[in-house]
Amino acid sequence: MLATFGGVFAGLLALPAARALKKKFRKSPAPNGYDARQHKWLMCIDVDKCIGCGLCADACKSENHVPEAPHFFRTWIERYIIKKPAPDSTAVRGEVEVDSPNGGRGGFPPTLVPRDEILKSFFVPKLCNLCEASPCTQVCPVGATFDTPDGAVLVDPTYCIGCGFCIQACPYGCRFLSPVTKTAEKCTLCYHRITRGLRPACVDICPTQARVFGDLKNPLENDPLQAFVQKNKVNTLKPHLGTNPRVLYANLDKEVR
Amino acid sequence: MSMQLTQILAEVAPHFDGYVYPNEAGTHPLWGVLIVLYPYITGLVAGAFIMASLVRVFRVKALEPVYRLSLLTALAFLLCATLPLLCHLGHPERSYQIMITPHLTSPMAIFGFVYAWYLMAVLLLELWFDFREDFVKWGQTEPGLRGFIYRTLTVGVTDVSDKAIALDHKLSWIISIIGIPSAFLLHGYVGFIFGSIKANPWWGNAIMPIIFILSAMVSGIALCIFIYMVLTWLRRRALDVRCLDVMGMFLFYALVIDATVEALDLIHRAYSAQEGFYVMEYMAQERLFYTLTIGQMLMGTLFPLLVLGALQVARKFIAGTVRTTLYFTCSVCILLGVLAMRWNVVMGGQFFSKSLRGVMSYKLEFAGAEGWLLGLILLSLPFIILTVLIKLFLSESLPTSGHIPHRIDNP
Repeated sequence: MLATFGGVFAGLLALPAARALKKKFRKSPAPNGYDARQHKWLMCIDVDKCIGCGLCADACKSENHVPEAPHFFRTWIERYIIKKPAPDSTAVRGEVEVDSPNGGRGGFPPTLVPRDEILKSFFVPKLCNLCEASPCTQVCPVGATFDTPDGAVLVDPTYCIGCGFCIQACPYGCRFLSPVTKTAEKCTLCYHRITRGLRPACVDICPTQARVFGDLKNPLENDPLQAFVQKNKVNTLKPHLGTNPRVLYANLDKEVR
Repeated sequence: MSMQLTQILAEVAPHFDGYVYPNEAGTHPLWGVLIVLYPYITGLVAGAFIMASLVRVFRVKALEPVYRLSLLTALAFLLCATLPLLCHLGHPERSYQIMITPHLTSPMAIFGFVYAWYLMAVLLLELWFDFREDFVKWGQTEPGLRGFIYRTLTVGVTDVSDKAIALDHKLSWIISIIGIPSAFLLHGYVGFIFGSIKANPWWGNAIMPIIFILSAMVSGIALCIFIYMVLTWLRRRALDVRCLDVMGMFLFYALVIDATVEALDLIHRAYSAQEGFYVMEYMAQERLFYTLTIGQMLMGTLFPLLVLGALQVARKFIAGTVRTTLYFTCSVCILLGVLAMRWNVVMGGQFFSKSLRGVMSYKLEFAGAEGWLLGLILLSLPFIILTVLIKLFLSESLPTSGHIPHRIDNP
């Protein structure tokens, strides 16, 4: 019994050292000299500007070598079709149909809902919500997923044990278990790009500038991010869960979850 | 091109109604039958241990025939408790990292320590103190490998004086007292792994650990009844009907509390009807009908509740053989019912999309890492281990010390 207690005590003492070592040897996708504490990245999305072309999902797949299978996405587009209410109904809106065929990659096929039954339709790009209080980071049993000081949430694929707890904990369906690496995978905000002065691939390719990206600690002159926040009333996804997402949406409909 | 891809998508995912996030469809369900078995087996451990504690701590004399059997059952199942988890991991070879660099805010991380504590500091120690006197005796009388095993298990402590034995039992009693909250902790923790997920309205629930503990007690007692009856029949011995009556009584009480708390949870969900309730209601009625309504509610709860309740009231008027048959039937129903409950919790939480707009269906495969064959093997393993343990430590050819735990503990 004493040996057990001794073992447990020694184990507890060794924990901080082991954790420090883990951090030291963690491979970072950032270049040498990049100081994460000097940046705070933020993504904003204007729902009204998205045309559902799907180029962002496509660019993300290419840039980040996301598995080709049609169910693995770091970013994807959802199409919302809100039908007109039934003629005898007192509701202001009818049924809502949502789809995301192949994550919106390659655009959307024509909807099967007849045109005259549609009240309105719109597209919503989705990605990691960069939560301030990220539940995925909280539940990771080994600390393989972690918040960076500059606002990204990353996964160390050399450390992840592939338990899937983070995938269950993400309220937004942004994570998946890679069939290639057998580890959790998610949007990194193209960390390898943004730490080298580039923008994420999805932001770069967006033809309508529906996605706005910037650094809160180093605002540019006429910063699009600041302009976006000043101009729009913004909202986040599932705010009631208290995850404090840092992806801000403008013109978000209540049907979007 | 896009139409072709859409067709591919339709072919790959024909089992969704409504909309689900694309990533949810990719690896569906992420947690399969192995994760169903994990809380099931852990619950059986906790329940069997609490059953044994009734003898040692709560001095229930009538249960003495099943004291050691319950402890060995708990051990056999505990040895297999982490296997489903390990088999399920994407990288099982990295699992040691949970112990070396645990992330302390994770419910899963601490489970390794709770498990180790329970196995090393509670169960093995209690068993060792309880069996030590017999180990010494059997080590002297048994020849060959068996004798060697018993001598090894004494770890050189061969003092069997009255003083030493009294100390053994005192320590065993203390460990048993520590063991009860530890068993609650072990299984309550498993409940917390699910209850802590606020992203999933089916799981994220403050009373999930309590539901898990109560159902664990129910399943553990039912398992002890089942194993005791099967073992006695195999040995062609007479059943101790009084012992069964008392086990049945405790099973009934545990089931009443368990059913009450689970019903409370259900009523609260239905009454408050929070966001996503309707999709969950649809899922429960369509996808979980057989396991929830038939398996968990009718077969696993209502039927045993009525039968065991009737046995409490009218025990005197029912013949012993009928009672034993009813106890056996109830224990099997409860064991299957609690397995169904674990299925409903684990799979139910994944049968609907977190977009709350779609429901998924699932067909259990035969082979593969998430197939029912591997599940069956993992579920059989504790029974095989228990057979070996019984042959080694509860063999009828071995003379036992004949001590009665509760009397020695409290002279």
